[in-house]
Amino acid sequence: MTAWEPVIGIETHVELQTESKMFCGCPVDFGDEPNTAVCPVCLALPGALPVVNEEAIEGILSIGDSLNCTLTETSLFYRKNYFYPDLPKNFQISQYTFPLCVDGHIEVDVDGEAVRIGITRVHMEEDTGKSLHQGDTGRIHGADTTLLDFNRAGVPLVEIVSEPDIRSADEARAYGAELQRVVRTLGVSDAKLEEGSMRFDANVSIRPAGSETLGTRTEVKNVNSLRSLHRAIDFEIERQIEVLDGGGVVDQETRHWNEGSGVTTAMRSKEESEDYRYFQEPDLLPLFIDEEWRRRVHSRRPELPADKRARFSDLGADTQTAALLVDSPELATLYEGAIAGGADPRTIGIWLTGEVVAYLRRHETTIEATGIGAADLIELAAMTSENSLSATAAKEVLGGVLAGEGNPEAVAQARDLLLISDTGEIESAVDAVLGENDDAVQKIRGGDMKPVGFLVGQVMQATGGRADPKIVQELVRAKATDSQ
Amino acid sequence: MTDLADLSILQAGDGLRAGNFTAVDLLTAHLRRAAVTESHLHAYLVIDRVGAMEAARAADEALASGDERPLLGIPVALKDNMVTRGVETTAASQILAGWTPPYDGTAVARLRAGGAVIVGKTNLDEFAMGSSTENSAYGPTRNPWDTDTVPGGSSGGSAAAVAVGSAMGGFGSDTGGSIRQPASLTGTVGVKPTYGLVSRYGLIAFASSLDQIGPIARTVADAATMLEVIAGWDRLDATSYRGDVPEISGSLDAGVGGLRVGVVTELSSEGIDPQVIDATVATVDRLSDAGAEVVEVSMPSTDYALSAYYLIAPAECSANLARFDGVRYGLRAKGETVEEMMAGTRGAGFGPEVIRRILLGTYALSAGYYDAFYGQAQRVRTLVRRDFAQAYQGVDVLVSPTSPTTAFPVGARSTDPIAMYYSDVCTIPSNLSGDPAISIPVGLDDAGLPIGFQVMAPALGEELMFRVAAEVERGAEFTARAPLASSEVVEA
Repeated sequence: MTAWEPVIGIETHVELQTESKMFCGCPVDFGDEPNTAVCPVCLALPGALPVVNEEAIEGILSIGDSLNCTLTETSLFYRKNYFYPDLPKNFQISQYTFPLCVDGHIEVDVDGEAVRIGITRVHMEEDTGKSLHQGDTGRIHGADTTLLDFNRAGVPLVEIVSEPDIRSADEARAYGAELQRVVRTLGVSDAKLEEGSMRFDANVSIRPAGSETLGTRTEVKNVNSLRSLHRAIDFEIERQIEVLDGGGVVDQETRHWNEGSGVTTAMRSKEESEDYRYFQEPDLLPLFIDEEWRRRVHSRRPELPADKRARFSDLGADTQTAALLVDSPELATLYEGAIAGGADPRTIGIWLTGEVVAYLRRHETTIEATGIGAADLIELAAMTSENSLSATAAKEVLGGVLAGEGNPEAVAQARDLLLISDTGEIESAVDAVLGENDDAVQKIRGGDMKPVGFLVGQVMQATGGRADPKIVQELVRAKATDSQ
Repeated sequence: MTDLADLSILQAGDGLRAGNFTAVDLLTAHLRRAAVTESHLHAYLVIDRVGAMEAARAADEALASGDERPLLGIPVALKDNMVTRGVETTAASQILAGWTPPYDGTAVARLRAGGAVIVGKTNLDEFAMGSSTENSAYGPTRNPWDTDTVPGGSSGGSAAAVAVGSAMGGFGSDTGGSIRQPASLTGTVGVKPTYGLVSRYGLIAFASSLDQIGPIARTVADAATMLEVIAGWDRLDATSYRGDVPEISGSLDAGVGGLRVGVVTELSSEGIDPQVIDATVATVDRLSDAGAEVVEVSMPSTDYALSAYYLIAPAECSANLARFDGVRYGLRAKGETVEEMMAGTRGAGFGPEVIRRILLGTYALSAGYYDAFYGQAQRVRTLVRRDFAQAYQGVDVLVSPTSPTTAFPVGARSTDPIAMYYSDVCTIPSNLSGDPAISIPVGLDDAGLPIGFQVMAPALGEELMFRVAAEVERGAEFTARAPLASSEVVEA
């Protein structure tokens, strides 16, 4: 059996949430009644002309900069020609040679390992309208009628093309998730996969491990979540392996991912694929991005997810905690506050990734709604390190704080969870237990230490778990051997 | 008394401001002229009597309060590829039959804001593709100098209307000569401004990198006034020129003393009608007499300009006309599938010349052919620009005939596309370079048909161009009027 290596490249489309559309003044708003956010330009009425939206250019440049791309000084728009009812001009204004951003890369974390994925290009284009096909198939072929909504037509769309550097479905998902984080951090798009404001197409091929040449690729479309990106790529890799192992050949074609059945099916082959007859858009001048503009974009670059991860791990967070904090600014604020207040990073990390996340999920609520603050965590951490609270009790107190029962001290008091600091009280409890278990005491005295654990357990039970087990153990050992 | 329809715009403006007649009188005279000539000419696709009368009344009110805007109350005709709110606009195509635009193009809006009275929409070759106004889905326009001949094209309707006096000024679009060539064939003045000087917003696109709106008038001064109203930056057209509008009519009387005038050898010899050559030579001689220094200039690339144009313009049109698919507006054919509907609509809605150019352009842009056709044509375009730039290092303006021939008989070239394409051999280079050019009538041939003379200038050199054009006009003393413009002839 040949060992196969998958080679994957991903094309990502991101809708920018700008004030107005890419080439006209219509608002970018998805809640509107169909065909209300339209004008002569985005409906392609005769005589209408496009004008570039600078806000969208700022947006794409910030994406390109964040992906370590070179920002092109003189960039060109092209017409990509194809007929489709939801494409009003029957050509899409896009980019071809000289896209706005080229030659970048991004580092993604795959199970704690950093993987670098090249970015070929990031270019600007416009979105299409939406077709609603009425009929059994839900697709244009076989539809009885099709309704068209042009509110989305002309919304700024950024296409991010990766190098074929991705080697597994896991890497693909990590790449997609990281892009989503970057775009959200920049604030240029909500990047919602389920709503289509971020969309993936995956180019998948396989080759014998160690080979330098590329196999025939297929393009997988209709992937609407990170999970389906992972599933679709896994399926496609397996499918291609099966084909090649069976002596067949992979056809270069576009394949449609079917979420329900979990398979990809052929849409159109390369022979049927269209010739887009690209040529430079004569209605738009070349875009000039001067040195100053490029510098300005770079100087406005916010702290990116990767930078955050690095910063949190410098603060002592483990990989899992750092990843969580990058995805949740609220938790990140809590974490940073607690660490600044001297709390132990490991303890805080365990609480946030454990109790806190579980609580938020269970109650479908937010940090803000619970009212918990960094001060609570600092106080709680201090109580544990001062041995006034056990680790288990601390988690319970945390639950109480999240539930709005008060600060840690108050919760611990109310729930009677504070450890017994009075050794006299513990001593008398030990004495009582030893007195009731003479057999065990005799064994210990004879050199058999096994019953110590049992006796400690009895004392803990008697004190309602509020005694420090270490002290209990010491006392049990000492008293069992000493008491003649 | 002179018929009001025979005045120039400047004369009419004076008369209106002096209170000698009203804008309604002026409009009425033009409507009357249209009423007696339209059955012979078919210059108009739509005459908007109601809208025009309203605009004329409004102009009279403004005039009464001392408003002095230059086009206030002046009846003008618009080529029907200029989008007009509320007035049917078809670009002479079946595919847009019945389409009433919800917006005004920028030039139209500026004319309305300037108080001009829009008489109607004039005929053209479908989507401005042609040189005779025979390719109209609604029937050809004829030349008021001889109704057996064509008025040129594609702005033949506007040119014929101005020549006959059913509009005082007309607006057209010039992609390869579509203003200047019909102006030449109808004895009128036609201007293709510098690319970007007039907004293209609301001009139904033929070839975006070449199209430019411009005026057709009976005098150089009228044309300058009309251009001044519509020129200037427009935020709705990314290719419109952002700087100040050049002086246009400021130096019409300055003469040509000391100017260097270059006669383009390649555009003034081979394939040009001898009578046209004679008129050109005579005009150049008069310029020389008026103090200009005349030199011969060779621009070798112009030999390839026509071929390059017939790749670039069709390529752009193949994309520009893709939007006419039956989905959102205009004609819609029946079909079982969306492909059938779109193909059926386009097959039924476009005329043969439009289909020919869409196919040419689609082919020229196709994978495997792009470099040999479209790419090569763009390289020729660069050479043409270079030739012009080089020529303007030595001369102030360039001159040539506007059209190789005078008006030709209806039907004479309609079965021979190449012969038809050759009509624009002298005008196309300026579209490729983006520079301005103007055609001025300078005489009549033996058949009594007008001959035009072309003056070309560097980009934004309108002031210089109009200055030379005005000298050409003075020297030519062209006072003849189209026979059909004389009402006695019509009524006889």
